[in-house]
Amino acid sequence: MGKSDIHKKIFAVLAFSSLVFLIGITIVLFKEGLPIFRIVKPLNFLFGKYWYPTYDPPDFGILPLILGSLWVTAGALLVCVPLGIGSALYLNELAGPKQRAFLKPAIEILASIPSIVFGFFGMVVVAPFLQKLLNIPVGLTAFTGSLILGVMATPTVCSIAEDALSFVPKSFREASFAVGANRWQTLVKVTLPAAGSGISTAVILGMSRAVGETMTVLMVCGGAAVIPKSFFEPVRPMTATIAAEMGEAVTGSPHFQALFAIGMILFLVTLVFNIAAEIISRRFRLKLGLGR
Amino acid sequence: MESELKIRLETVNFFYGKQQALKDISFEVYKNKVTAVIGPSGCGKSTLIRLFNRMNELIPNTRLEGKIRLDRQNIYEPQVDVVELRRRVGMVFQKPNPFPKSIFENVSYGLAVNGIKDRDYLAEKVERSLKDAALWKEVSGRLYKSALALSGGQQQRLCIARALAVEPEVILFDEPCSALDPTATLKIEELIQRLKEKYTIIIVTHNMQQAARISDQTAFLMLGELIEYDLTNKIFTSPSKKITEDYITGRFG
Amino acid sequence: MKMNKSLDQKIGFSLIFSMMLITLFFLGSLVYFIAVRGAGIISWQFLTDVPREAMTKGGVAPAIVGTFYLMLGSVLVALPLGVACAIYLCEYSPKKTIVNLIRISINNLAGVPSVVFGLFGLAVFVKFFGFGVSILSGCLTLGIMVLPNIISASQEALIAVPQSHREASLALGATQWQTIKKVVLPGSLPGILTGVILSIGRVAGETAPILFTAGTFYMRGFPKSPLSETMVLPYHIYALMTEGVHPEFQVKIAYGCAFILLILVLLVSSFAIILRQQQRSRYGI
Repeated sequence: MGKSDIHKKIFAVLAFSSLVFLIGITIVLFKEGLPIFRIVKPLNFLFGKYWYPTYDPPDFGILPLILGSLWVTAGALLVCVPLGIGSALYLNELAGPKQRAFLKPAIEILASIPSIVFGFFGMVVVAPFLQKLLNIPVGLTAFTGSLILGVMATPTVCSIAEDALSFVPKSFREASFAVGANRWQTLVKVTLPAAGSGISTAVILGMSRAVGETMTVLMVCGGAAVIPKSFFEPVRPMTATIAAEMGEAVTGSPHFQALFAIGMILFLVTLVFNIAAEIISRRFRLKLGLGR
Repeated sequence: MESELKIRLETVNFFYGKQQALKDISFEVYKNKVTAVIGPSGCGKSTLIRLFNRMNELIPNTRLEGKIRLDRQNIYEPQVDVVELRRRVGMVFQKPNPFPKSIFENVSYGLAVNGIKDRDYLAEKVERSLKDAALWKEVSGRLYKSALALSGGQQQRLCIARALAVEPEVILFDEPCSALDPTATLKIEELIQRLKEKYTIIIVTHNMQQAARISDQTAFLMLGELIEYDLTNKIFTSPSKKITEDYITGRFG
Repeated sequence: MKMNKSLDQKIGFSLIFSMMLITLFFLGSLVYFIAVRGAGIISWQFLTDVPREAMTKGGVAPAIVGTFYLMLGSVLVALPLGVACAIYLCEYSPKKTIVNLIRISINNLAGVPSVVFGLFGLAVFVKFFGFGVSILSGCLTLGIMVLPNIISASQEALIAVPQSHREASLALGATQWQTIKKVVLPGSLPGILTGVILSIGRVAGETAPILFTAGTFYMRGFPKSPLSETMVLPYHIYALMTEGVHPEFQVKIAYGCAFILLILVLLVSSFAIILRQQQRSRYGI
């Protein structure tokens, strides 16, 4: 009795490690990041238009960075949502068993291609190509970043969306066929809505991944910390700013604190996304009677 | 009737959450007899038999009222070591569930977890248990092969051998033949008949002929209540209650 | 009416077919370009030599070795924690509120951006514990990052072990810990391994968390202890593209590194995914 209790206690303590790390991350970000607000007012930090952290006196306005993240994320969604969900529908409805057995794992495997490789590919192949094609001064722009990021998130969105589609009970579709609907109508009017919240989970997680993605945007977005006027200008998303500047920021300096504060905002944004995804996916499971 | 008392249930009630699965059950199980528990599915047979080795405790939110005495000791008292109890009360399950290990490792498992390491002793125990379970002839040449390669009936006899190896006093059989073909079933039934010389046996079955063939005592359970408990002979020839008669003559269930 | 019906189906199906094609085209062209331009760079010297003459000659062996160190080390960090957590959740059936609390933290930890893990590692391991920019700091940071993956994979593997095996063991008088050790863990080992391999693949390619915890651009030799900094393939690609003074040589080396990294990650994850499919079909999931 007593002995098995000891094991249980050890496991219980270790099981809370995820929670401890999550709290640890929160504490670290707040502790290192909040002091910046002694120098800049929170609103000026969030909506300040100039990011010149190394000037004297420095400017810590992260609006350009936030907008950079927003543009690139929105652009990436425009790419990965149609591609990811379209591919998922194809896998679910059109692909034969043999094709499916090959494509489904292949897409999962492609989802593991590291972001640095995408970034590199964007830099050496896509950016020069787009620069020539569109006749723009630089190839490293918000547009290029969105495109690469979108393609990168596509396999993830596709895998999760396909899982959601395959969870839809066969009986739903059979009922639709029975009243004379064709396959496309059944797919769009029955299967897709039934998997709807599962698919929104896929989109939210894809979005969360796009917002938090670092190396790709660092390499292909051009890195200009100014408010972008069009899609074809360089931008500097929040993650890229942290990655590019942390190396030269002096520990404890306002610049260092500002970078942690950016990390804090990123963390909070993705936290909201993840909680939203969690709530939606729980509702999805309840709706289909899958329990838990 | 000078049978020795082995297990005694005193007004046992059992709940899954708020739902009551067993109501006011009292009866006695005698040593070296086969006691069968019959009844329509969902009547609580399996719940009942899993009380004797406190297997129901694995399910969260369950609650027991009343006492179950094994040799006068209430097995639900806090000082009772459940691990020790399960060594005294063995169990064979509905579906054969050998571990994905070798035949030898399966049979010696209960001894190994008791800390017995002596190879010779283990080998001797394994042979004896397999012989008692009428499986030795079929497997003696491949003790170190995977148990999963055996047929369903052989697997179930292996599970019996595995239970015998720890030398329990009582063996619980929870519908042991429900997943087996008639030939394999017959072998298990013969085995149970022989095992009662050494052990006290409680068997749950949905097969009334099986209960009639192999048991000495029969308990008839319905909707969580013990309707009738008596000598098997009596239950199957002149039950005292109408509802028992209806059931054993196949009018429902 | 009938014409219309099949027309919308035709259009719709060609639409989703083209989505699939575009996806495969993009991903395929990435693999193609890197393979075609990268394969030629690979030579025995490239794989085994240290960088020479300001990164214009020599090889990238320290980066390959460093990548392996990080892969191995982060698994050593995450595996015990992850398996313990999964065992607690699956085997000791704690209260529902606790399960939910832990599950929510795992899901949220999984969603934290990798660069934020980097910040955490920088503040905690590099500065607070004073491990400096080192392999140790990198392994700890990456280990925490892949912890959610290891937990999920272990949970899936534990659940796949039939309940009847646990019951059989307990009914024979084994304690719960003996049951876990002798029946549940051996049965779930292949599944846990799959999760580990998948995580290893992820670690190999992660860059942002090691930018400020473990990586360095240029080393003339190999890392000597867990407390020394190290070259790693992904960081090396980044550095080659953004720093240094000989871009014409550096791009070539970067192609070589990207090729090695791509092959490494694709091999590791194909292995894991094929393994997982075999296991799933065996358990009939």
